[in-house]
Amino acid sequence: MAFLTLERVSKEFGTFTAVRDVDLTIEKGEFVSLLGPSGCGKTTTLQMIAGLLEPTHGRISLDGRDITREKPNRRGLGVVFQSYALFPHMTVAQNVAFGLEMRRVPQAERTERVREALSLVQLSSFADRYPRQLSGGQRQRVAIARALVIAPPVLLLDEPLSNLDAKLREEMQFELRRIQRKVGTTTIMVTHDQAEALSISDRVVVMENGKMTQVDAPYRLYEQPSNAFISSFVGKTNLLSGTWRGNGAQIGNVVLEASAPDIAPGAPITLSIRPEKILLRDAGSGRLDGRVLSRFFLGSQWLFTVETPVGTMTVSIPNQGNEPPTEGSPVSLDWSPANLRIMAGTATAA
Amino acid sequence: MISRSPTISIPWLLAGPGALFFAGLVLLPLALTLILSFHAYDHSTGIQNTFTLSHYIAVVTDDYYLEIFWRTLRIAALTTLLCAVIGVPEAYILSRMKDPWRSVFLLVIIGPLLVSVVVRTFGWSMLLGSQGLVNQALQLFGFPSVRILYTETAIVIALVHVMLPFMVIPVWTALQKLDPMVEAAAWTLGASHFTALRRVVMPQVTLGMLSGSLIVFGLSASAFAVPALLGGRRLKMAATLVYDEYLQELNWPLGATIAIIVLVANLCIMLAYNRMVEARARRTLG
Repeated sequence: MAFLTLERVSKEFGTFTAVRDVDLTIEKGEFVSLLGPSGCGKTTTLQMIAGLLEPTHGRISLDGRDITREKPNRRGLGVVFQSYALFPHMTVAQNVAFGLEMRRVPQAERTERVREALSLVQLSSFADRYPRQLSGGQRQRVAIARALVIAPPVLLLDEPLSNLDAKLREEMQFELRRIQRKVGTTTIMVTHDQAEALSISDRVVVMENGKMTQVDAPYRLYEQPSNAFISSFVGKTNLLSGTWRGNGAQIGNVVLEASAPDIAPGAPITLSIRPEKILLRDAGSGRLDGRVLSRFFLGSQWLFTVETPVGTMTVSIPNQGNEPPTEGSPVSLDWSPANLRIMAGTATAA
Repeated sequence: MISRSPTISIPWLLAGPGALFFAGLVLLPLALTLILSFHAYDHSTGIQNTFTLSHYIAVVTDDYYLEIFWRTLRIAALTTLLCAVIGVPEAYILSRMKDPWRSVFLLVIIGPLLVSVVVRTFGWSMLLGSQGLVNQALQLFGFPSVRILYTETAIVIALVHVMLPFMVIPVWTALQKLDPMVEAAAWTLGASHFTALRRVVMPQVTLGMLSGSLIVFGLSASAFAVPALLGGRRLKMAATLVYDEYLQELNWPLGATIAIIVLVANLCIMLAYNRMVEARARRTLG
């Protein structure tokens, strides 16, 4: 039984179509991310679910009830805004209590639920502070507590981590997931950060120019992207354009062994292989010979760019504690043919 | 080592012209007025060179002056209140407008300031007079005509008209600094539009409203042209009283005394109000 359903939802601003025919069903308790570059319509979609924008066409229903035209204050969904949108003139406790006050929850129960919500986000000792006295991460957690305290059927997160620094962002990803697991609230998160979407979601919805292009579990999205845009947007990849030859892909003068059952020989294709799927071998012993152009040390791994007959390839290998090939030295690239992904059409880089 | 002398003299040089201007045009006349208010005055011989407090004593003990002060305070307070009641919603609507309407309505709001005070005030006296447009309209619908011109009502109407921009603009500026999503956040938490305005938007524009009120109150309490033209000869406010003492009675020391009392009273009221509201707003808004 689908919990939240979007049926052919579109949003037009004048002649510009921000969101086009989005169909999406979300199960109860799921954590779904809307992922895409800026301007792809993901925030517009979220705002339509929240009720802050009205869809031009289509239908949104929640638990069997049509909420397409319902005002945001009647939907009762929890929303965490990108700017957090805390009430600056209220203390943390007053911010969290606001939604309960609007629901006319009795004072005693209100105090108890605010206390619970603040302990859930580990801010119990900050109840009497004002938002301006908190750090970015703490404000973010207040915003989550404020959205969750009303026990919403769906929690909507708009780029919740984008205003935090890298280290805090990683911490908050775990924190978000922990809270969501504990409370079990159906959650939809908008993000442009693929790593964030992959790490915490049950499913990821990729959006491109207002359209949904792939909906999949993070692992499948990464391993089997449905087009070249997704394969380069979700994680890093090497994209090569060529022609399908039935048993392999011809890139320039080189034919690389691969399999692609649905593609007719002679058709233009895009080949994708992830940097971590490539192995570095001694010159002459791999599938493709080349020369190291540059190497970057990233601590846990080495990132190489290697010049080959089919173009420049990016390769990443884990740091095993020994010095890898230096710049300018000849190397050979190897991979398992199953890791080559062939997609119809020519590549458009993300 | 960095040479220090030029860096020290630069702020003085920059502030100098303004300070001189201020000293010459504000401080010096004020000091002269203060000194003048302590001079004795005689109707047959004019200003005497002797020190006296008699003018101050005369003013604070005479019901005639006290009534005028009280009226000034009442009119200024009422004008401020009406400006807040009209101006704050106006500023909110303005902040939600899109261009080009916003520019058009901003111009409409500033409009009264662009018209000469004399023309604007005579305009009101034509509208509010016994045969003015307002009374004609009332008669048309069968109501008895009312006396508005030369009453406090006329003064308040005209003052609110010209003071509104001084309320709208600070509140509008405060509204523009507001994160528009904060209001949306209140809606998603179950607040109606009205509740969101009352509980979330309004408290955050308190400081804008405070500065607006101070400007409106200060200007209204010292307004001259509007009460002079719409209040008539009998309904005086502080500024028109000072004018009359100087130019009708020729009692300059007494005029100076009233001017100083008005200034001090105005200053006290504004400082106290500022203290009270700002302390509250600062505590929560920081």
